[in-house]
Amino acid sequence: MDTITVSVYRRDPSLEKEGKFVDYEVPREEGMVVLDAMKYIEKHIDPSLSLRWNCMAGKCGSCSAEINYKPSLMCKARIDSLKSGKIRVSPIAAYPLIKDLVTDVSENWALLKRIPKFTPREGLEKPWRISQVDIERSKEFKKCIECFLCQDVCHVIREHNSDYFGPRHVVKAASLDMHPLDAIDRSEFMNKDAGLGYCNITKCCTEVCPEEIHITDNAIIPEKERAVNLSYDPLAMLVRSRRNKGGKK
Amino acid sequence: MRYMSSKFIDHETDVLIIGAGGAGMRAAISAFDSGSRVTILSKSLLGKAHTVMAEGGIAAALANVDSKDSWEVHFADTIEEGVYISNYRMAELLAREAPERVRELEEYGALFDRTPEGTIMQRAFGAHTYRRLCHVGDRTGLEIIRTLEDQILHRDIKFFDELYVTKLLKEGNRVVGAIGLKLNTGDFYVFNSKTVVVSTGGCGRIYKVTSNSWESTGDGLGLAYEAGAELMDMEMIQFHPTGMVFPPGVKGLLVTEGVRGEGGILLNSQGERFMERYSPKKMELDARDIVARANYAEIMAGRATPHGGVYLDITHKGADFIKRKLPSMYKQYMDFAGVDITKEKMEVAPTVHYQMGGIQVDPETTATNVPGLFASGEVASGLHGANRLGGNSLADILVFGKRSGDGASAYAKSVSMGKIDEAEVSREIERVESLVGKEGINPHSIASKLEDAMSELVGIIRNEENLSKALGIILELKDTSKKSAVQGSLKYNKGLLQVLELQSMLTAAEAIVKGAIERKESRGAHARSDYPKKNPDMRKNIIYKKGENGMKIEWREVPAMPEELKKLVNPEEY
Repeated sequence: MDTITVSVYRRDPSLEKEGKFVDYEVPREEGMVVLDAMKYIEKHIDPSLSLRWNCMAGKCGSCSAEINYKPSLMCKARIDSLKSGKIRVSPIAAYPLIKDLVTDVSENWALLKRIPKFTPREGLEKPWRISQVDIERSKEFKKCIECFLCQDVCHVIREHNSDYFGPRHVVKAASLDMHPLDAIDRSEFMNKDAGLGYCNITKCCTEVCPEEIHITDNAIIPEKERAVNLSYDPLAMLVRSRRNKGGKK
Repeated sequence: MRYMSSKFIDHETDVLIIGAGGAGMRAAISAFDSGSRVTILSKSLLGKAHTVMAEGGIAAALANVDSKDSWEVHFADTIEEGVYISNYRMAELLAREAPERVRELEEYGALFDRTPEGTIMQRAFGAHTYRRLCHVGDRTGLEIIRTLEDQILHRDIKFFDELYVTKLLKEGNRVVGAIGLKLNTGDFYVFNSKTVVVSTGGCGRIYKVTSNSWESTGDGLGLAYEAGAELMDMEMIQFHPTGMVFPPGVKGLLVTEGVRGEGGILLNSQGERFMERYSPKKMELDARDIVARANYAEIMAGRATPHGGVYLDITHKGADFIKRKLPSMYKQYMDFAGVDITKEKMEVAPTVHYQMGGIQVDPETTATNVPGLFASGEVASGLHGANRLGGNSLADILVFGKRSGDGASAYAKSVSMGKIDEAEVSREIERVESLVGKEGINPHSIASKLEDAMSELVGIIRNEENLSKALGIILELKDTSKKSAVQGSLKYNKGLLQVLELQSMLTAAEAIVKGAIERKESRGAHARSDYPKKNPDMRKNIIYKKGENGMKIEWREVPAMPEELKKLVNPEEY
């Protein structure tokens, strides 16, 4: 039988000081993805292997991992597209390890709580009327499946342990700020409290996004720019407060 | 090495919601807004529930596109599609309240696609008289989940994710809480709650080929059944006509009905548009059971595509249109199958999609027959009868999610805190601990046998012989599952989870098969080759309940529709 070797990171931090890569032999199938191999291991070799997967279709963002050290969704990583002979699967490194491939991503919900929620303008006539072109910008950000690969690849988060919330959260803020009927501006919050200033736009986040959201160009830079405009240009602030916010027609 | 947990963590709340898909989240919001303390539990991470996979849209008679639409027509469509065994009151509430729930979702921040006039856009879907489905491209479920998640996070609602509930706790007749295992820590949690809402979704994963994600193992069905709740219509399993057939890893993955709603056509391997033979009027947009059986018949008749499906073709609509209206379908085929759907036909085949049956509930409050226990969403029954209309499940989770939050909250205000039986808690912790850290039968092998049996013997066309065979296998697997155990500890042990899930999966399977044997007719999604006709004597619901000697089954009359509603619906024909 034609097989592939998958090398999987195993560690329970409450029992082991160091992790190790364990090799597993898995039958090769046409069109298979890394998650198929992991499911095979879980089902036939070691049911106690810890990993997350839900939809198997790139829609839920559960199966984030590093495949040959590249942040990826396991369900979308085709085995035949991986160059190296050996496939190494390890947990995303930006978060504390729970066990094997599972990390503690709960801080993201604490951060999301702090981003001011959608706040519709007052006195809108019902039913709301919005034109299709005005929803497109926000819609791009709403494709986010919260896989946190952008957080994982972000060197500010990885190396500097700063106050920066991370790309996912800028995308969230941008999705609300660019909602055509939203009444508040989150850019100042993002820059002052969410540490957006630490981001030096290396675009790593954009490269790993499985939903192909232009995180840097369309979310991070506009959020940075708007905050600058708001803080340094009193006229712009006044004008902005009287008309729709940036990016809206 | 075994992680011994002699203690548990205590948590007190007014309304405990099990399940954080659309129904559970919507319930949490309304229970909180009506003044109750609310705790919501989720088996997976917050925001990953199966609802994210819903694609096509929410059915709501806003009449933005077709001005003749109204709640009355939506009501009639729902009753007729349910082949006259739906609960009329649930169908009425759904049709009346869905528009308000959709507008409310918009006020929570959801951004639907728009009409040229700027109102919410609505698309055509199978067996809906008018264009009725409000949508966000083909990722409507994701938008709903994110929007509700945002609302939950900005309210003082407690949530525990990656927590699997193993048992509901009772004081006498009344449900007063639940016990569960937090996967990421391996700790047991005991929830003392005035009332419990079960919104755990369906049981599609008992089949091998399914569009359902990992969570859908019928957990809430099992919990409620063990606590004495009645289940209903379990024999009614919906096969979606179009699931992917290739590559093997994504076999069964949904291809949205939106493809046909936007003009996609079905062809067999000879290039024939075969729906002309099965449904000359409605063609590809007939009810799901009819299109699914047509696809199945074409495949069985030897007119299948290379990977054993039929073709679904939307190339004639052009690349721009397809990428705008069906962006995730474009991506799904490109990423997984290497097929460009703007240039090539898709290969599709029927896939298990939805359970119409589930926990029997009161239409107004979603209360079950067990005091203190409520249920909403796919795990509840009554609305969809023998078949569900596309788009009615998203309407269901919003309308009845809200009602179960309101219902549970009102009940919580009328009672005092119940008393948890500590001996029962200890027994349950011991039971779960006894399944881990030792040799036992691999739970996945049991699950695989169940999936095979259900797919092969309890599929889209059923007969007595196969059903009896399936029942034999299920009862045998029930015995085998008692010997299932896994190595490792309590911490993030998905093998252990599979052992625990087996109980609910087997309960769901047993009910489906027993009901399918009992219903000696063909109605809606339930098709019997040995009883191909509909039988007027069986225009009833089947009820399933735990008895002293196993599962009890009884027939129950469908509640009679009041005259003013009867007038809206075409009478049933035999």
